[in-house]
Amino acid sequence: MTVGLVIVSHSAAIAGGVVELAGQMASEVTIVAAGGTDDDGIGTSFTRVGAAFESADSGDGVIVLCDLGSAVLTAETAWDFLADDARSRVRIVDAPLVEGAVTAAVAANIGGDLDAVEHAAETAWIRAEESVNSGASEAEPVVPTAIDVVTASTVLVNPSGLHARPAAEFVKLAAKFRAAVTVNGTDAKSLLRIMSLGLSVGTSVHLTAEGEDAAEAIPALVALIDSGFGE
Amino acid sequence: MALGTDWALDWLSRTAATIAVQRSHLNTLDREIGDGDHGENLDRGFTAVLTELASFDDDAVPSDVLKRTAMKLISTVGGASGPLLGTAYLKGAAAIVDLPELDGAALVAMLTAARDGVVLRGKAMVGDATMIDAWTPAVDAAARALAEGQSEAEILDAAATAAEEGALATEPIVARKGRASYLGERAIGHRDPGAQSSALLLREAANAAIA
Repeated sequence: MTVGLVIVSHSAAIAGGVVELAGQMASEVTIVAAGGTDDDGIGTSFTRVGAAFESADSGDGVIVLCDLGSAVLTAETAWDFLADDARSRVRIVDAPLVEGAVTAAVAANIGGDLDAVEHAAETAWIRAEESVNSGASEAEPVVPTAIDVVTASTVLVNPSGLHARPAAEFVKLAAKFRAAVTVNGTDAKSLLRIMSLGLSVGTSVHLTAEGEDAAEAIPALVALIDSGFGE
Repeated sequence: MALGTDWALDWLSRTAATIAVQRSHLNTLDREIGDGDHGENLDRGFTAVLTELASFDDDAVPSDVLKRTAMKLISTVGGASGPLLGTAYLKGAAAIVDLPELDGAALVAMLTAARDGVVLRGKAMVGDATMIDAWTPAVDAAARALAEGQSEAEILDAAATAAEEGALATEPIVARKGRASYLGERAIGHRDPGAQSSALLLREAANAAIA
């Protein structure tokens, strides 16, 4: 099992949409929508949120993401009413709803524990801030120096490029290696960073891996890109 | 005269009636600075409370009434005021648990715990233009009235009057919590609907005590 997610929104449509989007990249993860009032109006429902906490919890814990203020109040109130053991593994996280849900879902899908998934959701703020200060801080190009550095270049062949689903698969594979991996200078283990590169079909991709299993990481990642991600 | 379960039931049915009458005014206040559903949300919640109040045993104590009110508001209101007021009634109930009758000291303890519950949940302070701007002056005035040896009815009247003044005092300030905080200076000149509804329900506590 994996850490579960609950998406709390004033709108049932928003909660459902975020679940659909995040679920596309995380087939193993239970993601539950708790949007709207009991009669599907705009607002949040204590009953729906409480029920979502229960159905998302497989025993590995639950990360909860909320939209506007009173959604947080409803979630905190529902949290207060949980049994002690459940309360210890349900966490309400301050993260942007869409970006946080996507990154948390991917982190949970690759087997991250509660701390890892919480951290993944919180780092989504960093990405959101960087896109506001666009171009202000490009990552320094990685200069291969150590022995365990492996580089390779290939070209994206799948028609839709490195969009959401292929990017998630790529990040999932990269995260399996201990080596630090970059794609065109960007951290290959950060889904939002990879997606924000906007790499399209025919683009050259430069991979660098640095670390003890770099020699395994690069061929595996190149093979995945060259496979066209099944498209 | 100490106040019992009849008072608690009367308080809440009066509150439900007043909220129903004030529903569109509260919506209007909320439309100016928020999403315009405060009256509607509270009316839905207190209508559910009213149904709940019809089924109380004779041996119920005031804290039972407040606790069930809390659960109904939390589960039916839908907006921020559900968890906030629900927590107020829940913590208020905990402060007077199992007391069959409430004297002045118990009333002040109840109001203080209710206010502390709202602060805990909403993390607002006096001057943020929230319901706390009604609750905190009410608690302070009730404590003063108790210290002066006033009756239960006078304590609740002092609390209600201070809450009404506190609600009025949210008009000239910038909101720092909730949807209204997105408006910045444009929130100036508008009364906070949450402070207004809290003043209404505290007034009904006083009305029920003199009935």
